[in-house]
Amino acid sequence: MTPASYPCPRPSDPGAPEYALAFDRGQAVRLLIIPALFDEGHKLRRLCVEVMRRLDGSGVDSFLPDLPGTNESTADLTGLTLADWASAMTAAADHFRATHVLAVRGGGLIVPPGLPGWCYGPVKGSSLLRTMLRARVLSAREAGREESGEGLLVEAQEHGIELAGYRLGAGMVQHLQAAQPATLAEIAQDVVGGSPLWLRAEPDYAPSQADALAAYLTMAVRA
Amino acid sequence: MSSTTDQQLRKILTDVLGLKPGQADGFDADTGLFGHLPELDSMAVAGLLTEMEDRLDIVIEDDEVDGELLETYGALLAFAEAKREAA
Repeated sequence: MTPASYPCPRPSDPGAPEYALAFDRGQAVRLLIIPALFDEGHKLRRLCVEVMRRLDGSGVDSFLPDLPGTNESTADLTGLTLADWASAMTAAADHFRATHVLAVRGGGLIVPPGLPGWCYGPVKGSSLLRTMLRARVLSAREAGREESGEGLLVEAQEHGIELAGYRLGAGMVQHLQAAQPATLAEIAQDVVGGSPLWLRAEPDYAPSQADALAAYLTMAVRA
Repeated sequence: MSSTTDQQLRKILTDVLGLKPGQADGFDADTGLFGHLPELDSMAVAGLLTEMEDRLDIVIEDDEVDGELLETYGALLAFAEAKREAA
């Protein structure tokens, strides 16, 4: 596993580098993994990397790019939308010469066009947004402040909002509210076994889930 | 119907709390949830409510969510059952 980078189009800088984790042995099958979004990305990152290690052992190269404005990226998230993330993933797919794509959860909302692939646990953007808004309403209530999810959504679509520690611009909120997962083949939890790691209150890891997901992908990319 | 809601709710809590299969079978009406389980923070509760909506096919309004609803397993189950009957 090596840190790599890919040139990412930004309004201010057409080729700004963003980091990616890469297992690159020049194999014929090259899988781009589009990470889950926001807090789910943290909960699923270890699973993704463990799947990559297993794919490497099976002769499949894989790439896990940072989304601009998250992880190691120096881009300002507030000015970005799902369209920018989709452009970034297209740039990563081109740079790493991806042959297949695995989108994880909300990653299914920013899939580059034209590549065959799968989505593990696809989710609508509005559902991700609703959960984050609800978490904010609940924590405000614990702090003695009364906020409403509907009121916050209206304001967020106009002025942006901070949710789950992420400063989202109005454009990102509008895109999330409307975004539907791309039409990739769905990988259901039955395939992976156990219970979904993105639901866990405490981030957790299950080697059996990484084994199952990697085994499924190893067969699927060669089918 | 009510036993199905009971089973599904136990499964949702198993997923959110990362319990071992069967561990949630020991929950009874008085088992404490929010405030008793430190891992149930606001983000986890939000995920729990969205998952309840999806799997039980109900809609939960913000103003229906209060400390009492999440105080015990019995209270949460009674709420979920009432919601499904009304749906």
